[in-house]
Amino acid sequence: MELFRIKKDIPFMSYGRLTTSISLVTFLLAIVFLVSRGLNYGVDFTGGTVMEVHYPHRANIEHIRNAVDNIGLKDVTVQNFGSSQDVLIRLPVKKELSIAQLSEKIAAALKADDASAEVRRVESVGSQVGEELYENGGLALLLVCAGIMAYLAVRFEWRFAVAAIIANMHDVIIILGFFAFFQWEFNLTVLAAILAVLGYSVNESVVVFDRVRENFKKMRKANAVQVIDNAITRTMSRTIITHLMTQTMVCSMLFFGGETLHNFSLALTIGILFGIYSSVLVACPIAMWLGVSRANLIGDTEKKTKEDEAALAP
Amino acid sequence: MNRYPLWKYVLIGSVIVIGLLYTLPNFFGESPAIQVSPAKSSLKVDQGLLKKVEQTLTVAKIPFDGLFLDANGVKVRVANTDVQLQAKDSIVAALGKDYTVALNLLPQTPAWLQSIGAKPMYLGLDLRGGVHFLLQVDMKAALDKAAEGTVGDFRAAMRKEKINYFGIERQGQLVLIKFESEAEATKARNLLTKDYADLTYKLSGSGQDWTLNTSMGVLAQKRIQEFALKQNLQTLHNRINELGVAEPIVQQQGLDRIVVQLPGVQDTAKAKEILGRTATLEIRMVDEEKADMATMQKAQSGQVPFGDELFFDREGRPILVKKSVVLTGDRITDAGPGVNGQNGTSVVNVTLDGRGAGIFKNVTRENVGKRMAILLIEKGNTEIVTAPVINEEIGGGRVQISGMANAQEATDISLLLRAGALAAPMEIIEERTVGPSMGEENIKRGVHSTLWGFAAIAVMMMIYYLAFGGVSVLALGVNLLLLVALLSMLQATLTLPGLAAIALALGMAIDANVLINERIREELRNGNTPQASIHAGYDRAFDTILDSNVTTLIAGLALFMFGTGPIKGFAVVHVLGILTSMFSAVLVSRALVNVVYGYRRKIERLRIG
Repeated sequence: MELFRIKKDIPFMSYGRLTTSISLVTFLLAIVFLVSRGLNYGVDFTGGTVMEVHYPHRANIEHIRNAVDNIGLKDVTVQNFGSSQDVLIRLPVKKELSIAQLSEKIAAALKADDASAEVRRVESVGSQVGEELYENGGLALLLVCAGIMAYLAVRFEWRFAVAAIIANMHDVIIILGFFAFFQWEFNLTVLAAILAVLGYSVNESVVVFDRVRENFKKMRKANAVQVIDNAITRTMSRTIITHLMTQTMVCSMLFFGGETLHNFSLALTIGILFGIYSSVLVACPIAMWLGVSRANLIGDTEKKTKEDEAALAP
Repeated sequence: MNRYPLWKYVLIGSVIVIGLLYTLPNFFGESPAIQVSPAKSSLKVDQGLLKKVEQTLTVAKIPFDGLFLDANGVKVRVANTDVQLQAKDSIVAALGKDYTVALNLLPQTPAWLQSIGAKPMYLGLDLRGGVHFLLQVDMKAALDKAAEGTVGDFRAAMRKEKINYFGIERQGQLVLIKFESEAEATKARNLLTKDYADLTYKLSGSGQDWTLNTSMGVLAQKRIQEFALKQNLQTLHNRINELGVAEPIVQQQGLDRIVVQLPGVQDTAKAKEILGRTATLEIRMVDEEKADMATMQKAQSGQVPFGDELFFDREGRPILVKKSVVLTGDRITDAGPGVNGQNGTSVVNVTLDGRGAGIFKNVTRENVGKRMAILLIEKGNTEIVTAPVINEEIGGGRVQISGMANAQEATDISLLLRAGALAAPMEIIEERTVGPSMGEENIKRGVHSTLWGFAAIAVMMMIYYLAFGGVSVLALGVNLLLLVALLSMLQATLTLPGLAAIALALGMAIDANVLINERIREELRNGNTPQASIHAGYDRAFDTILDSNVTTLIAGLALFMFGTGPIKGFAVVHVLGILTSMFSAVLVSRALVNVVYGYRRKIERLRIG
């Protein structure tokens, strides 16, 4: 079976202006959502307490909320989690109560209210831990960008490095935009997913760039646009199949992974979808506009062969 | 052209066999067990202990499946949890308080696998259930405490050299000494500089009012903080040992934090109480010069004389003790309950370390006939346990504390003292508790995600690439095998995000095989022979695979460096997954293709779809 038997190169670069404009619009929209709605940070970042409580019967949310209210804790949110028997209780950081006391108090109140309550998970994070996460998360993101750019600049050329990083940061912002728009919870595992996407999506650009470099060597008469169009067309089959496979795995996590992996897989899904688009239809036009040419990619080797020939000539 | 030399097949084959061996332990499950380890460092883990445990169980007629001795203690494997509890009770009864007896789970790995060091993967708390605490050490308190200690040291040093000063006090972490003349102040500075070189001294004043300002330099602060952290780590270790948890983790994180992980512990309230307990012993002198009725009454109404503090003893009698501390609980190496030979009352026998013994000897010699107070500070309450009169100089570092109400109290207090004191208070800043049922569910979720995803990919690959798809799937299977084997070998902590990373690693690793297969198809389309196409396909794809894996690796390493807890678990698997995928997607799949096609004279067509 072969789904992508394309005889002629698709002129992707002639749509360059259109594809990058679409990207720019989504990018700007994402920023608008990020600014206007902000991210719904999980307890990892904001500090506070999350408790997952399981009941052998249908949980009465109102009842549980009252039980927690009665011990004098305000700003409690109680909601169902996964099933009608599971409840998630959230509390912001309380100045007057230490983390250790807070969860004990709630657990005791829930047990007193309904002895069959089973606390299955408690996560309490102090505010100082959350603040550090911002810093470390930001640092990790910067380090990944710097590392990838350095590697691409050495292996290829700075124009590719810049193009790839712009394309991929744009993916990251769009994922964040989605999380802001839908107010999905942004927690540590989502951050991990975003960093993984960054590495994965650069992957995509690398495959295309690799082909571009190869084409510059092989297609001596073609110009940069033809070379890039050919590279994208030739790698298209692989791009789609690979992403289909990865997405299959991510879907499996989405279906079987439960609540904990839900947002993780969502972030990956968005990352993969936009990753295909941006690494091909954004990174390549940018690289082209930055002036990628045969000379600055394989110029050195050509000069060398000429010099060698000159040296051999009598 | 598509043949590997023999050594390459042998290498690949042996890597796969090793992978299989080290993956195997994950399939045997676990059985209930009991772990007996000494609570004191002075007790040894040896054959004697093994014999004792064996005898106890034989006498009590409790059946057991196995008995082992390892570096931490004796482990007994039993058939089920009922027997486990019985066995625990009888061992506790027989061995007493010197040993910690904990319930545990032991992997049912066969002996021949254990002998090559094969173990199942090490599951994190979110997969096996348990409590995770992150504790923040209050370093300011540690420095304050150290400064308080310096005050005492200075006082003793200046008294010994007969230097006249008229006041010494601590302000935060500064120690101020007041003098009437510059000469005395300079003398003091020279003396102190010699003995306490890592402090900074500043002399100021005029006329008859001179102040020597002593502060801790950065180095001294660092030393004190490091010491405080180490002391707290040690103390937590001791306390958790008393708690009887199998395989607890107590680790430093950063400069001022400690991670405590207690697998399998469900009673978080008890765990918190034990971690947070801050019983400290202090020995101070009773201020007898100010023990007159008038001063005592004033003190009770709130006007405590300068340099003193008012505490109550067990009978509720007020006693004025000096602020300066002679000795703290840090100097205690051992403590045990005992009985006073003369009057038969309960006592606690305390052994001090070398320096503590020295200090104690000097103080008792200089203060014969005076009273010494022994204070127990627990949960912010200070109580004078006893305030005996010093009859004679006490050397040798063995001190008997009387005044215990009964034998039980003597046991409790010695336990507290033995478990040590915290050098600085700590606060829990992060708590994560996962119930055991939740852990099992998480394992199921992770495993199901991986397996179903794998199955779907396998079907799609084989439909789309036929034989070459099959080769890719086999290579992917080897990748999974090697990844699990590597995780088992390294005993890296596997968390739920780690399980997700396994699934993701497989989803990403297939990229390499897709690249290769697409390349081979392309070469075929360009009119190359099947053999040449295979060769060129693998060759050309390799550069691309390398580049794309390096960028993914960079992301993984950054995650590893900056991530904590579950993220680190994700990063470890992510990075290892990239490494194993390079091996399996390139070498293993090539070897398979070589075996299938490399030895044929003539190939009509490649089954690549």
